[in-house]
Amino acid sequence: MEDTETMFDTEGVTKNFMFLNRKAPYGTIYAQEVLELVLISAAFEQNAAIVFMDDGVYQIVKGHDPSVSGMKNFSPTYKVVEMEKEDAEEDEDIDMVWKIIVEKESMEARGLSTDDFIINVEVLGSQELSALMAEQDVVFGG
Amino acid sequence: MSYEVNGKTIEHDEEGYITNINEWELDLARAIAVDEGIDMTDEHWEVVNFLREYYSEYQIAPAVRVLVKAIKKKLGADKGSNKYLYELFPYGPAKQACKIAGLPKPTGCI
Repeated sequence: MEDTETMFDTEGVTKNFMFLNRKAPYGTIYAQEVLELVLISAAFEQNAAIVFMDDGVYQIVKGHDPSVSGMKNFSPTYKVVEMEKEDAEEDEDIDMVWKIIVEKESMEARGLSTDDFIINVEVLGSQELSALMAEQDVVFGG
Repeated sequence: MSYEVNGKTIEHDEEGYITNINEWELDLARAIAVDEGIDMTDEHWEVVNFLREYYSEYQIAPAVRVLVKAIKKKLGADKGSNKYLYELFPYGPAKQACKIAGLPKPTGCI
């Protein structure tokens, strides 16, 4: 993809970003803003760990219909996050590494399992998650 | 601010992106293209149609990298480049093609 970077040269600058999604998808703008950040980090080919915990796990639960709230249903956009992750794994020209993680305790406390999610996730306990968090250069909370 | 197409009034923002994506129609796309100075060919429509399909599925405009890749898959390696897209839409493929496709202004840089 040598000809797709036209405006910024970010080669050689790769950081580990963690995006913590902790809030329910609608009612506040947090979920949508973090999603935007995640997609921007893809444009710059940065490493990203996208984490869903607390009520944030509801962001990727199947079957959203926020039409009565007047907010856009951005639930399908998480599919793009999954595609970026898969793209990064398959395309050797893309150096970034992405993880999509759900915190085990948050998922179980809400009676959810990985089958309830619109995308494939990795489930990590809070201990493992805090170890991963310690490896990050930047952590965004939302 | 609005476009007048087939006797209908279609609102747009100060940069010409329509406010309600559901009001989009072919004649509107043609009218916006004229404003943009673009003579729509089959190649232009291929990009516009791809953008509309992608948006309806994912609720977001694709990143340029995704667009380039999709075009490459569909039309061959020689067309799968930024250069090809800029030839079709000289003032930025994302901005101009999204405007013609009736999508919101993309947040990325081009």
